[in-house]
Amino acid sequence: MFNQFTGTADYLASPELRDSVNVAIALEKPLLIKGEPGTGKTRLAEAIAQELETQLLIWNVKSTSKARDGLYVYDTVQRLNDARFGDNDISDIRQYIKFGPMGESFRQDKRVVLLIDEIDKADMEFPNDLLHELDRMSFLVDETGETVAADQRPIVVVTSNNEKELPDAFLRRCVFHYIAFPDEELMADIVKVHHPDLEEELLRQVLIAFYWLREQTEVRKRPSTSELIDWIAALRRAGISKASMEEKLPFLGVLLKREQDLESVIQRAAHAGGRRRIGVH
Amino acid sequence: MFSGFFYHLRGRGLKVSLTEWLTLVRALAEGHSRADLSHFYHLARALLIKRETQYDLYDQAFAEHFRGLETHFDITDELLEWLADPELPRELSEEEKAALKALDLDELRKQFEERLKEQDEAHHGGSKWIGTGGTSPFGHGGFNPAGVRVGGQGRNRSAVQVATERRFKNLRSDRVLDTRQIGMALRRLRKLDKTGPEILDLDATIDACAKNAGEIDLIFGPERKNRIKLLLLMDVGGSMDPHSMLCERLFSAAHAASHFKAFESRMFHNCPYEYLFTDIYYRKGEATHELLKRLDESWSVVFVGDAWMSPYELTHVGGAIDLFHNNRDTGLDWLRRFREKCPGSVWLNPEPKRIWNAPSIRMIRDLFPMFELTLDGLKDAVDTLGGRRANEPGLTN
Repeated sequence: MFNQFTGTADYLASPELRDSVNVAIALEKPLLIKGEPGTGKTRLAEAIAQELETQLLIWNVKSTSKARDGLYVYDTVQRLNDARFGDNDISDIRQYIKFGPMGESFRQDKRVVLLIDEIDKADMEFPNDLLHELDRMSFLVDETGETVAADQRPIVVVTSNNEKELPDAFLRRCVFHYIAFPDEELMADIVKVHHPDLEEELLRQVLIAFYWLREQTEVRKRPSTSELIDWIAALRRAGISKASMEEKLPFLGVLLKREQDLESVIQRAAHAGGRRRIGVH
Repeated sequence: MFSGFFYHLRGRGLKVSLTEWLTLVRALAEGHSRADLSHFYHLARALLIKRETQYDLYDQAFAEHFRGLETHFDITDELLEWLADPELPRELSEEEKAALKALDLDELRKQFEERLKEQDEAHHGGSKWIGTGGTSPFGHGGFNPAGVRVGGQGRNRSAVQVATERRFKNLRSDRVLDTRQIGMALRRLRKLDKTGPEILDLDATIDACAKNAGEIDLIFGPERKNRIKLLLLMDVGGSMDPHSMLCERLFSAAHAASHFKAFESRMFHNCPYEYLFTDIYYRKGEATHELLKRLDESWSVVFVGDAWMSPYELTHVGGAIDLFHNNRDTGLDWLRRFREKCPGSVWLNPEPKRIWNAPSIRMIRDLFPMFELTLDGLKDAVDTLGGRRANEPGLTN
């Protein structure tokens, strides 16, 4: 019927996320993914490509990106240069058409995964400019008059960090999934993927500390999954045992990147009666 | 029950379009939902709700509509019933008409009935549609590849229970704001201008080359940069005390936003007069006319205050609330000067709109567009400052 996505060994997807992915694939609609930083929005596209054993094309959107850049760029400067020095046959315009990630994804024989990463970084009109191409999965190269159409519609994954509201017309065409921050149970599984031989007891304490930090309202930049993984790596390299974790939280700077956050947490912990002292190494 | 859900969602203010609803119908008819309500809950949410800020509203609407019906719910019957007699809104947009045409409902029903027949014949272990242990991704227990934990939210609880938990309450956009959300909203505030570092200007290059008879002449021009300058003027003390936490958050978010060309902030009490404070408790600050001298149209001024005071604080010489302060120009004069110097000014009010009837609030609304200090209000204010909405006195969100 259709290939299905179940999550890979090193990417654990919740059942709801898996359903959303599979529905988006089956209905041939772009999958729009939002969620806190570090919840694996970008990694999802990699995992889908990996599992379906297909190629992943990434379009990193920037504030200056234009919708057309993703389809193709006509390298006029190169052509001018060639015209000046007579290097190439400049009448063959095709050699100056450089396809972008979206254009490439339409040209593949096999179904590929196209990741449009951080679509909200671009101009407000950017998503609307893509509507036609996303619907039809084809576009016209004005310079050569050729139409590029996808034989196999790519699986389109779009991520957004909420910097801008996306236009309604664009949203209507998407399947939307908001990745909630992992709960402790899922987080334990995620940590085990990265640190398979971590002691259960140490893991439990690390998670208690981590979720406690995330609950502190003073902390403006809440630590994310990737920071937790780094923190555990730092703890293990320094040979921190579960006994010393009970006394203090070392290497907090790995989790809290803002100085004010670090200070307010240290103060808060001192205030809490010193049951657990926070040490900064 | 099924089509009623569509109208129920719309009735609760969720702008579900018919296009999206038809996508859901198609997904259900093609068998992309397991038979129980909790999968329907997730599928409908993925296809109908496109903003996490609306998840909470969806949860509430879902719980209201399906409470007590969990055990009777059979999506197959519901869908067949709906397809036999599709209930559609009377007025359709062009896009919706096209979507309806593209999705031939009669054809869809035929396919669906066929699929159901096949399902009856070869049930468990089939590969096409619902059944236990099948290879279809939507069969119960259908996915459990080695090493992946099956479980997670929604497994052991009913969809209505999950919806009733209201796990997404924190994502609502009409509740009060936290720093990150304010920062996000402020990031929308940009006016791009050509003042940055030099980048290749292709059109000018081509023109130059053509004029040079093909001799290459690369022309560079400045990149676009944000030119917004933000001045935040905040009312502190008195009736603003209950809102101090919120104002602090707004301040810290604006302060942390790095994309403004310039950012300044001052404080005042009730109404700005001759002097504006950088530290109101120690009375440190700057004369207002000095500040006004430095302002021009490129500045966006955002007032934050409840605009709640005696009218004479605005209209009378010497009307300032602080007894030792004998102002020579009225509060309204000072406000007017800001408005004239910086036509792109707005007022944010932390009090809800329904109590904006006080005379002083009305007077200030005659001068500035006023918005509630909520995420929605802030967004509208930012759009007004950014020129995406008209900036006129009396406007509001």
